[in-house]
Amino acid sequence: MSLFDYKLSDLQEMLHKKEISVNDLLDEAYNRISEVDGDVKAFITLNEETARARAKELDELRGTPEGRGLLFGMPIGVKDNIVTKGLRTTAASQILDNLTDPLYDATVVQKLDAAEAINVGKLNMDEFAMGSSNENSSYYATRNPWNTDYVPGGSSGGSAAAVAAGEVPFSLGSDTGGSIRQPAAYCGVVGLKPTYGRVSRFGLIAFASSLDQIGPLTRTVEDNAYILETIAGLDQMDSTSADIEVPKYTEALTGDVKGLKIAVPKEYLAEGVSDEVKEAVQKALKVYEDMGATWDEVTLPHSKYALSTYYLLSSSEASANLARFDGVRYGRRSPNAENMLDMFKLSRSEGFGDEVKRRIMLGTFALSSGYYDAYYKKAQQARTLIKKDFDDVLADYDVIIGPTTPTPAFKVGEKTEDPLTMYANDILTIPVNLAGVPGISVPCGFSGEGLPIGLQIIGKHFDEATVYRAAHAYEQATDFHTQKPSLGGAK
Amino acid sequence: MSRISEEQVKHVAHLARLHVSDEEAERFTKQLDDIISFAEQLNELDTEGVEPTTHVQDLKNVMRKDEPKKWITQEDALKNAPETQDGQIRVPSILE
Repeated sequence: MSLFDYKLSDLQEMLHKKEISVNDLLDEAYNRISEVDGDVKAFITLNEETARARAKELDELRGTPEGRGLLFGMPIGVKDNIVTKGLRTTAASQILDNLTDPLYDATVVQKLDAAEAINVGKLNMDEFAMGSSNENSSYYATRNPWNTDYVPGGSSGGSAAAVAAGEVPFSLGSDTGGSIRQPAAYCGVVGLKPTYGRVSRFGLIAFASSLDQIGPLTRTVEDNAYILETIAGLDQMDSTSADIEVPKYTEALTGDVKGLKIAVPKEYLAEGVSDEVKEAVQKALKVYEDMGATWDEVTLPHSKYALSTYYLLSSSEASANLARFDGVRYGRRSPNAENMLDMFKLSRSEGFGDEVKRRIMLGTFALSSGYYDAYYKKAQQARTLIKKDFDDVLADYDVIIGPTTPTPAFKVGEKTEDPLTMYANDILTIPVNLAGVPGISVPCGFSGEGLPIGLQIIGKHFDEATVYRAAHAYEQATDFHTQKPSLGGAK
Repeated sequence: MSRISEEQVKHVAHLARLHVSDEEAERFTKQLDDIISFAEQLNELDTEGVEPTTHVQDLKNVMRKDEPKKWITQEDALKNAPETQDGQIRVPSILE
């Protein structure tokens, strides 16, 4: 058994009673990383020296009033598009390969530190969070711990795989169109995308600023709630962070969903969703019925336009955001340039991978003179209609439930040839980002091949508490979250 | 009918300050054309009179006091720069 099989609150109690040390938890993390990360490839950069020094400090505080941070001594992995002071931050891109000494910590990292958590290392991802399989990492593709022939999902594939593989008990990811929920589903862990504005984006390397959110990936819903409580809230450094009080999410975990009104969009169980996934979701709805919740079929009529809308808007925003990588102040500068224009072009062309270039060009095209109204503005209008679908349904229901992904994980290399096929993985998660509402993925079954299936629970703006309550009650009634991959031998 | 030509792809690449070879331009043209053709399904939607959404929150301008604050030192600002000289960032010549 691994120490990481205990939930966060149990680990805290064991620490405070001095049954274990913070250093023991780091041993668990780094030993497991040595054992399996050669196969899983979840990490880009480890933070062991700093982490060990911090553990020593924290171990002195065990049992004292100072050592009572909400995440005291908890080892956590951080996606590599979240800036960490003095610790290499690459966003899995060659253009930032040499950014070994960033100048500041992202707000979420400052908050983790204030809560006495420990950053174990930086997690692999699709380059600049553009991708659904981690195959767009410029370093190496992370593998699915349940079967290393399969992708872990993306773009927070490292964040999901590290938790599933038992390398860290918790991690942070980011979600622009499903990048936390989709890999959480593929790897059989719990992943939440908070409401847009719930968590500060300061220090998150921007992909699409109107869609990006940072969120936690964990083994259990309760652990997830503890981490969101820590990282959420208003931040002077992010003017889109909301001035809305952060509730104690863990207090919402009552186990009671009697009378909960669930909406099930027919578009989420339509053609393209595999039979195994449909069946798992239907069984989950039965579990909710047995607990006293009710559900009705509803419609989100503009769902089929979400993918187009998303790719136009997110690529447009990305084309502007990624203009900052120019080889001047930090990051890669091409040694082959003789003048300024060549320096920009060569540094960017040598530094960015194909998917990033494609999206920058798509976005530049959609924003360019003569095409703006036809593509960018049209997509913004479609976004209004998609958001209204959610507003209408959530006016009458507490949560929306459906699958997180149309199928379980696919094989490495299976979808790399055709960008559109790859994009279709995110068809059920993208609308949630466009609407700005919160969504969670929790394990709800396994395919015939033994790969995890995820249940998506979507809530109202800033109502993560109800999303967590619904997810937690389901988790308590099932045992999917207790299953672990046999990677590196059962432990 | 193709939505984007190879010439347009090269022009867009220039605007985005990307260098693309002829081989890359050909490949990107095909891929971008597929993506744009797919995205044109939005033309089915009647969006007459629909307000565009730039942002899901009902936010007005968020202001703060304009006060100088200690942030980073000159030394910090230069330490990740590819090339520096006399306490400044050095770049290749701008004028031919």
